[in-house]
Amino acid sequence: MAAVQETVDRVRSIDVGEYKYGFVSDIESDKAPKGLSEDIVRFISAKKGEPDWLLQWRLDAYRRWLTMDEPKWARVEHPPIDYQDLYYFSAPKSTPGPKSLDEVDPELLRTYAKLGIPLIEQEILAGVERPRVAVDAVFDSVSVATTFKAELAKAGVIFCSFSEAVHNHPELVRKYLGTVVPATDNFYATLNSAVFSDGSFVYVPPGVRCPMELSTYFRINEKNTGQFERTLIIADKGAYVSYLEGCTAPKRDENQLHAAVVELVALEDAEIKYSTVQNWYPGDSEGKGGIYNFVTKRGDCRGARSKISWTQVETGSAITWKYPSCILRGDKSRGEFYSIAISNGRQQVDSGTKMIHLGKDTTSRIISKGIAAGHSQNTYRGQVSAHRLATGARNFTNCDSLLIGQNCGAHTVPYIEAKNNSAVFEHEATTSKISEDQLFYCLQRGLSGEEATALIVNGFVRDVLQQLPMEFAVEAQKLIAISLEGSVG
Amino acid sequence: MLEVRNLSVEIHGKPILDGLDLTVRAGEVAAIMGPNGSGKSTLSYVIAGKPDYDVVSGEVLLDGENILELSPDERAAKGLFLAFQYPVEIPGVVTMTFLKATMNAQRRARGLKEMTTPDFIRAERAAADRLNIDQEMLRRPLNVGFSGGEKKRMEILQMALLQPRLAILDETDSGLDIDALRIVADGVNALRDKERAFLVITHYQRLLDHIKPDTVHVMSKGRIVKTGGPELALELELNGYRDYAADAA
Repeated sequence: MAAVQETVDRVRSIDVGEYKYGFVSDIESDKAPKGLSEDIVRFISAKKGEPDWLLQWRLDAYRRWLTMDEPKWARVEHPPIDYQDLYYFSAPKSTPGPKSLDEVDPELLRTYAKLGIPLIEQEILAGVERPRVAVDAVFDSVSVATTFKAELAKAGVIFCSFSEAVHNHPELVRKYLGTVVPATDNFYATLNSAVFSDGSFVYVPPGVRCPMELSTYFRINEKNTGQFERTLIIADKGAYVSYLEGCTAPKRDENQLHAAVVELVALEDAEIKYSTVQNWYPGDSEGKGGIYNFVTKRGDCRGARSKISWTQVETGSAITWKYPSCILRGDKSRGEFYSIAISNGRQQVDSGTKMIHLGKDTTSRIISKGIAAGHSQNTYRGQVSAHRLATGARNFTNCDSLLIGQNCGAHTVPYIEAKNNSAVFEHEATTSKISEDQLFYCLQRGLSGEEATALIVNGFVRDVLQQLPMEFAVEAQKLIAISLEGSVG
Repeated sequence: MLEVRNLSVEIHGKPILDGLDLTVRAGEVAAIMGPNGSGKSTLSYVIAGKPDYDVVSGEVLLDGENILELSPDERAAKGLFLAFQYPVEIPGVVTMTFLKATMNAQRRARGLKEMTTPDFIRAERAAADRLNIDQEMLRRPLNVGFSGGEKKRMEILQMALLQPRLAILDETDSGLDIDALRIVADGVNALRDKERAFLVITHYQRLLDHIKPDTVHVMSKGRIVKTGGPELALELELNGYRDYAADAA
């Protein structure tokens, strides 16, 4: 049985009745019972010592959420989620993780080994319970992180956890929170707004080019941010920042539902580059136990000539529901979306982007590469629209799908809408299979079927890989090969 | 080195090879000539292990071992190389990357250490220079947008790097002008030695002016119908395949 499912089952088996104390008054407690209510929202906010305006914001979101339904339009299927059967604040301490790596899904361990992850780090990723000392010893990155923080501070860049930002930079948080993804946006984003745990906050002041790629790596090792992550990145006038999210190592998590929100704001002449490698646990070969990744990511090109670029490599999760989008509000602003989405086994991917052209002479570019193998379903869903006043808007879209094997599916669902006749939208889409001739040629030269497939797929996604920062691209390439293992008969 | 015994092969129920026998010794350059549709390419594909062919009977022995049950990559690791008549394009895969991946895959399969990048570059440069292949070409995706001649030279480059024990050249001369033909032939001749065997499949004599065969086999209707020395190729050049086509009809 998969470790994740095992843990989920174990969590479910814990009787809420064990919890004897009123949680609302018990601010010192680290746990809240299962389920969601106004009290839980208040509890979360109180635990974080949040100001009243943020509590009210959460409560408004919660009340709104009660009136909403799950979106049904995506090409994904899953059993109904019982939202009252989930924990919304730090899982109880009595929830045991696996005691050793022996209890962890061997498939997961094999993947760790292939990625060359040290044993002790594997244990942490797999959630094996260890004394904290050991953890700190492994991630001896505190000094590195400190050096980085000093350098960032010198440049005036704020990079901290969301909770820290609420306390140290409340004016910035209040000014921008929910202005890109409103608390009322959609079922999952609204849920996130009510109960979000933590996440990253970045502010780059006017004219500053952030001196390094910002990566969640260092911060996440300090604290597990959990399932309702909330990230807010602001690039002030003329600023530039490149942000890397995620990790190529498949991370086990006892929370099956993940509903994150990411908001980006680019003011005049600012540029934000946001790169993601998502490799959450996809479940076992039967599709049991994987993560549901229901994410809302959106960038607002608020100022003239601003630019937001999303690059994503999606290989993990049982279900991916994710549409990193750009609102091109500023005149001459530009949005980009580069995506590689790989599905294997029983994975379901419904992902794409929205490019909403509101300003004049706005441009956008979409390059999507979907690869479906095994019994998976892989859908590209994209919307490009030009407002009546968005004269001279231009979009180029290219969606390519590659099928490996007989039992998978690739689907392309583009929505295109131009409300003025000066907009120029181009759309290209192809669906292909790895040809028998290509495979045989590679095999004849000595490559195994899996090596050959990985090589051909890497060629297929090359345009997008080139958009990733160098060290990320190398890891992503390795990850692609691993994701497709077992896809060739 | 290579022994084909009583090989009969069908594709979609249609017989292509019909009890074919063929022996190629180490150090030998054997040519197979024959009219279109005589099964020359099928023979090369079946030896290399292309799927879609049904072997009805017979054996293909490489150094005494029947390789028909092996996958194409296992055969490659045993030193079998096929220069394709129509080399396949692989979009997005840089030629250099492909070459290095194949060399290291074969090395791993033989229990050897993988090549370091500097060693690989040295080997690749030397071989490419001999074949008049520009380094710029190796930075392009494999065979994509290559001319017919460039594709064939690329096949010979791969052969030179992989150093096979048995190389099959399937109509390598087709689509080559005389200069390209000479470069390709020089590449093959440079690899000739007493440990290595070549099976040169061709429709025309002209390639054999540059690659002098030890043996010439004439193939018709899925079997070898005549075997002789280099003079046999000249005779075919003079008289064409009429005799053999009629003979088999």
